[in-house]
Amino acid sequence: MVGSGGMGGGLLENANPLIYERSGDRPVTAGEEDEQVPDSIDAREIFDLIRSINDPEHPLTLEELNVVEQVRVQVSDPESTVAVAFTPTIPHCSMATLIGLSIKVKLLRSLPQRFKMDVHITPGTHASEHAVNKQLADKERVAAALENTHLLEVVNQCLSARS
Amino acid sequence: MAAAAALEAVAPLGALWGLVQDFVMGQQEGPADQVAADVKSGSYTVLQVVEALGSSLENPEPRTRARGIQLLSQVLLQCHSLLLEKEVVHLILFYENRLKDHHLVIPSVLQGLRALSLCVALPPGLAVSVLKAIFQEVHVQSLPQVDRHTVYSIITNFMRTREEGPFVEELFEVTSCYFPIDFTPPPNDPHGIQREDLILSLRAVLASTPRFAEFLLPLLIEKVDSEILSAKLDSLQTLNACCAVYGQKELKDFLPSLWASIRREVFQTASERVEAEGLAALNSLTACLSRSVLRADAEDLLDSFLSNILQDCRHHLCEPDMKLVWPSAKLLQAAAGASARACDHITSNVLPLLLEQFHKHSQSNQRRTILEMILGFLKLQQKWSYEDKDERPLSGFKDQLCSLMFMALADPNTQLQLVGIRTLTVLGAQPDLLSSGDLELAVGHLYRLSFLEEDSQSCRVAALEASGSLATLYPVAFSSHLVPKLAEDLCSEESDLARGDGPTRCSQHPRCLQALSAVSTHPSIVKETLPLLLQHLCQMNRGSMTPGTSEVIAVCQSLQQVAEKCQRDPESCWYFHQTAVPCLLALAVQASTPEKEHSVLKKVLLEDEVLATMASVIATATTHLSPDLAAQSVAHVVPLFLDGNISFLPENSFSGRFQPFQDGSSGQRRLVALLMAFVCSLPRNVEIPQLNRLMRELLELSCCQSCPFSSTAAAKCFAGLLNKHPAGQELDEFLQLAVDKVEAGLSSGPCRSQAFTLLLWVTKALVLRYHPLSSCLTERLMGLLSDPELGPAAADGFSLLMSDCTDVLTRAGHAEVRIMFRQRFFTDNVPALVRGFHAAPQDVKPNYLKGLSHVLNRLPKPVLLPELPTLLSLLLEALSCPDSVVQLSTLSCLQPLLLEAPQVMSLHVDTLVTKFLTLSASPSMAVRIAALQCMHALTRLPTPVLLPYKPQVIRALAKPLDDKKRLVRKEAVSARGEWFLLGSPGS
Repeated sequence: MVGSGGMGGGLLENANPLIYERSGDRPVTAGEEDEQVPDSIDAREIFDLIRSINDPEHPLTLEELNVVEQVRVQVSDPESTVAVAFTPTIPHCSMATLIGLSIKVKLLRSLPQRFKMDVHITPGTHASEHAVNKQLADKERVAAALENTHLLEVVNQCLSARS
Repeated sequence: MAAAAALEAVAPLGALWGLVQDFVMGQQEGPADQVAADVKSGSYTVLQVVEALGSSLENPEPRTRARGIQLLSQVLLQCHSLLLEKEVVHLILFYENRLKDHHLVIPSVLQGLRALSLCVALPPGLAVSVLKAIFQEVHVQSLPQVDRHTVYSIITNFMRTREEGPFVEELFEVTSCYFPIDFTPPPNDPHGIQREDLILSLRAVLASTPRFAEFLLPLLIEKVDSEILSAKLDSLQTLNACCAVYGQKELKDFLPSLWASIRREVFQTASERVEAEGLAALNSLTACLSRSVLRADAEDLLDSFLSNILQDCRHHLCEPDMKLVWPSAKLLQAAAGASARACDHITSNVLPLLLEQFHKHSQSNQRRTILEMILGFLKLQQKWSYEDKDERPLSGFKDQLCSLMFMALADPNTQLQLVGIRTLTVLGAQPDLLSSGDLELAVGHLYRLSFLEEDSQSCRVAALEASGSLATLYPVAFSSHLVPKLAEDLCSEESDLARGDGPTRCSQHPRCLQALSAVSTHPSIVKETLPLLLQHLCQMNRGSMTPGTSEVIAVCQSLQQVAEKCQRDPESCWYFHQTAVPCLLALAVQASTPEKEHSVLKKVLLEDEVLATMASVIATATTHLSPDLAAQSVAHVVPLFLDGNISFLPENSFSGRFQPFQDGSSGQRRLVALLMAFVCSLPRNVEIPQLNRLMRELLELSCCQSCPFSSTAAAKCFAGLLNKHPAGQELDEFLQLAVDKVEAGLSSGPCRSQAFTLLLWVTKALVLRYHPLSSCLTERLMGLLSDPELGPAAADGFSLLMSDCTDVLTRAGHAEVRIMFRQRFFTDNVPALVRGFHAAPQDVKPNYLKGLSHVLNRLPKPVLLPELPTLLSLLLEALSCPDSVVQLSTLSCLQPLLLEAPQVMSLHVDTLVTKFLTLSASPSMAVRIAALQCMHALTRLPTPVLLPYKPQVIRALAKPLDDKKRLVRKEAVSARGEWFLLGSPGS
C-alpha cells in the first residue's frame, strides 16, 4: 500500500527540513500523584504517544518535523474517540502513508481497545490526501500491511525508542 | 666479619632463586610482588633478578621464557623509579631484542617496555629506538586489545616527556587507524576493558601534541560528517581535547571546515548530545584562538572567525518566522562564552539587533523568545570582570535593556514576566549598572508580582527568589521601598482579623509572610523583618479573632526561612537566636501554664503540628551557633525546663509554675519537643548543665503513660543526647539505665509501646555511631518481629532505623552519623532477618519481609546489586506477600536485577510474568507502576525465553492501558510497546 519512496536510496525528498523544538516531558501534577483522582486521556497524552515516533527518512521525530502537533489531536475520553491529523513536510511526500501507518500502529498498541481512532492528513497539505486517508481508514488494508514483513520492519523502526 | 656479611648477602639471594622458581615453574603469582618489594627495600638489585632469571630466559619453551620476562616486567613496573640510567640502557637493549621472540612472549615484553617508558632516567634517543623496534618487529594493529592498549600507553608515556620528531606521521598512522573506537567488550571479558577506556586512551594520544594537527583535523572533520552518532561524538570530544594544546597556527587552515561541520550539527542534529558536544567544541575552538599570542604583523584569526560565525547566524535571529533562532543563539553564546574578547565582539554585534527585534515583534511569545536570548548573552557577561566602568560593554545598552525588562515585567503574559524577572536578577548582579530610580521601580514590580494569584505560582516564586538575591546587593532599596509596605499589609491584616472580615484579605496573609522571609537575606533587613514576624505572632495571641492552626504555622514557617537565611552569617545567626528563641519559648510556656481563661491561641500553640514547626525554627536557629554563644544559651534553657527558671523569657509574669518534668500539666510536658529541638542541635563540644539529671528525667518521661507526643519527644531527646555523648563510663551508665527501662517496660503492662519507642530511638542513636551495643539492641528489635502486639510496629521500625530523620540525629544538628551505616546495618543484620523469616511461623512472616524490605529499600542500588542474587528466592516469595510496602520494595529490587542479570532471571520467567501481571492490577498506584516497569525490564531477557509469553502478555497489558491514572498508563504503554517489538522485524 505504500509507494516505493526514497527509502535507502540515499536521496532524500526533502533534504533540508525545518526543525522545531522538542517539547519537554509533561510535568507531573499533584492530581496525577493522587491515587484517588482519575486522570482522563487528553490531547497532550495522545500527543506524547506519537510525538517521539521517528520519521522514516530523517533522523528526527515527527514532532521535530512538525508533522504532528498537539493542536491537531482531538480526543474524547468519555466517547472513546481520538482523531489525529498529521501534516507531511511537503505536498508530494511519498512517505505520507507510511507515517500515517506508524501513527495508527502506535495508537493501536498504546490505547485501550474501546477507542475508535481516526488518523488522517491535515486537510489541504498533501496531493493525494484523499487516497491516503482512505487507505488509513480501511482496517483490512492496515491489517494486511502489517502482515508484510518489510513494512512491519519499517514501522517498528519508526516506533523503536531512539538511543 | 667478612664471612658473616657474605652469608647475609647470600641468604636473600637464595630466597630470590626460590621465588623465581615458584613464579616461573610453579606458576604462582604471589612471588612477583615479593620480589618487587625486596628490590624496593634494597635486598637485591634488578641486575641480580635478571641473573636469577638467567636460565628461564634462555629456556627453549616459549611459555617459560614468557613467564620469566613477565616476572621481570612486573618487577620493573613497580620499581622503575629506582633504575639508573645505565641499567635502563641495558634493559631497553634486552627488551628490544626480545621483541623478535615468539608471539607468546610479546605481551610480557610490551609490559616491560611500558615500565621502562615510565623511567625518568631514560637517556635521549632511546624512546625513538624503542618505538622503531616496536613498529618494525610487531604488527601493532593485529595485537589483542590489551596489548594494543599497552602500546598506546608506551607512546603516551614517551610523549609526556620527550620529542617524537621523526615519527609524527608514522605514529599518527599507527594510532589514528583505530579512530573512532568501535569496540564492544565481549561478555565475561577477563581484562575488564571497556569501550570508554580505549576511547580515552586513544584520545589522549591523538590530542597529546600539536604536531598531529595537520593529519588529525581533516580526519576529525571527516568523522563529524559521518552518519554514525558515536563517531560524531568522539570526534567532537577529541577536537575539544585538542584545543587545549593547539594554537592559531594549527587551526588556521581548518577553521572554515570546522565551523561548517559544527554549524551543520547544531542546526540539524537529532541528538542533544551531539548538539552539546558541538557547542562545547566551538567554545574550545574560540577559547584557543583567544588565547594564542600573535606576532605583531600576524592577522588575528579570532576576529575573522567570529565574524564568520556572526555572518552565518545573525540573519536567523532576524527572520520573522523565527525558525533556527535557538540553534543560532546557542552557537553565538558558545563562542561568546570562550573569552572576554569574544564576548565583547559578539555581544556588541548581537545586542542591538535583538533589541530591535524585540520591538518589531508584538506577540508576547515572540518577545519572550527574544528576551530569553538577550538574557543568555547578559549572563555571559558575568563570567568576565571589568576593572574600568566605562569598558563594561553593557553600560551603553543599559537604558534600552531596562525599558525592555520593565515592559516584560508589566506584560500580562506569565512566561514573559518570568523572563523579565530573570533579566532583572542578571542586570542587578552587574555592579553599578542599575540606578536608584531603576531599583525603586523594580522593587515596585517585585512587590506586585509577589502577590499574584494562585495560577501564576511560578512567577510569584521567581519574584520572591529575585527579591532575595537582589536584597543582598541592594539592602537599602528593599528596606526603604519594600519592607514598610509589607509591614503595613501585615498590620492591616491584624486589624482585619480583629474586625472579622477575614476571607478576602486572608488569602494575602501567607504571601505577605513569604515575601517578608524571602527578602531577609541581608543582616540589616533581618533586623527589621524578624521583629515584625515575632510581633505578629504575639499579636495573634492578643487579638480577639480566632487564629487557625494553619495561620500560626505559616508564621513559624516564615520564621524558619529567615532562620535558614541567617545561618550563613554568624552575627545574624546570634541575633536571630537571641531574639526568636526566648520569644517562642515564652509564648509556649505561657500557653502551657494554667490560667483561668485559656485563649484560643494557647490551645493552638500546643498542637502537635504547631509545636513541630516551632521546634524546627528553634533547631535551625541553634545548629550554626558558635560553641561560646551556644553555651550562653544552654545555661538559660536547661534550667527553664529542669527548675522552672523563667527569668530569661521576655514576658515572664505567668500565673503558674512551669514544671514539665515534675507534676506539670500534660501541656507542659509537650514542650519537651522544644527542649529536644534546642539541646539536640547544639555543637558536640557544648557542655550541657545538669546532664545527668536531665537524662534521667527524659528517660522517666519517655516511658510515662502520658500522651504519645511527649513520651516520643522525650525518647528522641534522650537518643539525640546519647548519640553525641563521648564514650566512657557516663555513657555506659546512661545506656544501662535505658536498657533497664526498656526491659522493664517491655516485660508487661501498660507502657509496652512507649518502651518499644524508646528502644527504637536508642538503637538508632547507636547504629548511627557504630556503637558496639547497637547489635544487641537490634537483635532485641528483631525478636519483637514475632511479638503478636508489637510485631508490625517493629517491622516499620526498620524503616526509621534506615532513614534520615529531619529533627533529631541529623548531621546538620551535629549528630554522629557514620556515612556507611546503612551498608553496615545491611551486612550485619540481613542474614539474621533471612534466617528469622525462614524460621518464623506463617502468620508473622510478613513482619520479617517488611523489615527486610525497609532495609533493602534504603540501600543504594549499586551496593545492593551484588547481594541480590543470594536473596532472589526470598524476593520471589515476597512477590506473593499481600503488604504493599513489601511488594513495592521487592519490585524495585527485581527491576535492576532484570537489567543486570538477565540470564539468572530467565530461569524464573514463568513466576515473574505471572506475578508482575497480577501486581499490575494492585490497588496501589505505586505498585502498579513498579510492576509495569518490571514488565518492561523483562524484555531484556533473552528473546527466545520470552516469545512463548508474548501473546499472553500483550493481551494482559491491554488492561492497564485503560488505568485511571495517567502515570500508570504511561508505563503500560512503554512496556507493551517493547513487548510488541520482541522478535518482530526491525526491532
